[in-house]
Amino acid sequence: MRRWSVAALFLLPGSLLIVLFFLLPVVLTLVLSATNLSTTTFSHPSWVGWGNYQELLQARFTPLILKNTLKYVILTLFFNVGMGLLLALITAFLPVRLGDAFRALWLLPRITASVVYVLIWQGLAAVAPYGLLSDLTGNSQNWIQQSPWAVVVLANGVIGASFGMLLFTSAIRAIPSDLLHAAAVDGATTWQSIYRVVLPLLRWPILFVSAYQTLSLLTSFEYILLLTNGGPGFYSTEVWSLSAYHQAFSNYFGNAQFGLGSAMAAVLVVIGVVVSLIYLRVFNFKELLGEPKVEVN
Amino acid sequence: MGLNRRVWPWWAVLLGLLSLPIVAGYLWLVLSSLSNQMHGLLPTGGWKLQNWRFLWESVGGRPSIWGALSNTLIFAFGVAALEVLISAMTAYAISRLRFPGRGIYLGMILVLHSFPAVSLLIAIFYILRLLGLFDTLIGVILVKAALDIPLGIWVLKGFFDGLSWDMEMAALTDGASRWVIFWRIALPLVRPGLLALGTFALLSAWGEFILPYTLIISNKTWTLSLYLQSLIGAVDLTDYGLLAAVGLFYLLPVVVLFLLGQRYLLDIYGGGSKG
Repeated sequence: MRRWSVAALFLLPGSLLIVLFFLLPVVLTLVLSATNLSTTTFSHPSWVGWGNYQELLQARFTPLILKNTLKYVILTLFFNVGMGLLLALITAFLPVRLGDAFRALWLLPRITASVVYVLIWQGLAAVAPYGLLSDLTGNSQNWIQQSPWAVVVLANGVIGASFGMLLFTSAIRAIPSDLLHAAAVDGATTWQSIYRVVLPLLRWPILFVSAYQTLSLLTSFEYILLLTNGGPGFYSTEVWSLSAYHQAFSNYFGNAQFGLGSAMAAVLVVIGVVVSLIYLRVFNFKELLGEPKVEVN
Repeated sequence: MGLNRRVWPWWAVLLGLLSLPIVAGYLWLVLSSLSNQMHGLLPTGGWKLQNWRFLWESVGGRPSIWGALSNTLIFAFGVAALEVLISAMTAYAISRLRFPGRGIYLGMILVLHSFPAVSLLIAIFYILRLLGLFDTLIGVILVKAALDIPLGIWVLKGFFDGLSWDMEMAALTDGASRWVIFWRIALPLVRPGLLALGTFALLSAWGEFILPYTLIISNKTWTLSLYLQSLIGAVDLTDYGLLAAVGLFYLLPVVVLFLLGQRYLLDIYGGGSKG
């Protein structure tokens, strides 16, 4: 046993945090989802079994939220992957420093605090004479209120595009230049080289980025919360993850429904675990593991 | 890339057009913070230093911005220090030591790395209350560090795996303990990795919104994101200058840090965790 005590020491702090804030929350989410815990029942919650899930199945707003979630994930995913690919391809054509500068510019929204980023959107989308969009189009309106979906998708898309951009850029750099020279010698046009040589080689990175972003879009709600908070009006941009948050922390009726919120979160948790396990399979775990450098003592 | 290079100016123009909205956005922020009023991107009514009054006076009964700034600094550096140290220890063990369940452990880290942690927020809220750490900076620091640690372990494991084993081997045969080797030999050798992860953690914690928003209530513990968010709801359109100034004040350190740490960072954002 003593020979493993060193490893235990090194692993202790990380494991403690992971147990406290990952493993325990997963279990607790599932447990809470089977209770009617809320502000009014805080001191005396009772078990309701599958009750919360049944309530979700029957709730009037569930179809709308599912539709919104699907719309949000699909539209944003297309923008993210498409724009990421476009940015990676174009910057690959440019002189190195110019390409780097453009990539840094597209990374800027990602590192900008979300509150500041959304403030900028609010400023640009304000009514005339203040907002740039109203100014340019001559159509004075609050664009976030009038076209919430376009803003939600674009705002999230501009952030998400940088993820694909970076991954695709390193994948493009890894393409042996021989291949492209050979294509050029054979008389391929730029477009043909991209379409016939580069894109097929990017198949795996594209698949990876799409899979990864699907999961993170499904569960992310920070920018929607700040931009529209699920509105305007009743649930017009409310997605599943945001709704879970609302149920638990800022219910319309002032009675925070932790149990119901947990049931909604539990759906995401289960999807998250399953999908992550699939990634592990698909993106080849054994290769990553390798043998440790052997201990002498 | 060995493609036709003569056409690049056209691509640069196209990319420039695509990027215009981003440039316009940040330009708006800077100009707004300095001017009396903005019509689109045109400042009207002259310059207005009063937008920056939050630096020397309280705005609408809020606590001073300097308190929020120091909370944000404590939060960001606390998270970065914890995250780097703990990730490094764990990554070192996974990379260098043999222990039962190593494969499962690494598999778990990988799953957690892609696992969307925000869906755990309700349960985390509960656990913090149970621990008595709700509405404290230390509580949010622990949560933020914990949620980013799988990524950190993953990144640093790559760095440790890439190290040659010779020096450690020599030190081991000379009778040095693992602990000493970790601090004296391994850590200094993966300095680029530590810097990259540290910069990433600083940036990510500095801008963090949803965790403090959910886990902090009292305005004494506000970070800058909560300070700004409380203003956004309360100020009318004509005072966007104040909001922009606070936003810029909040953004500037990040831009500086980003420019300094950029070359370390790109790899991590490629494996990053935001939507």
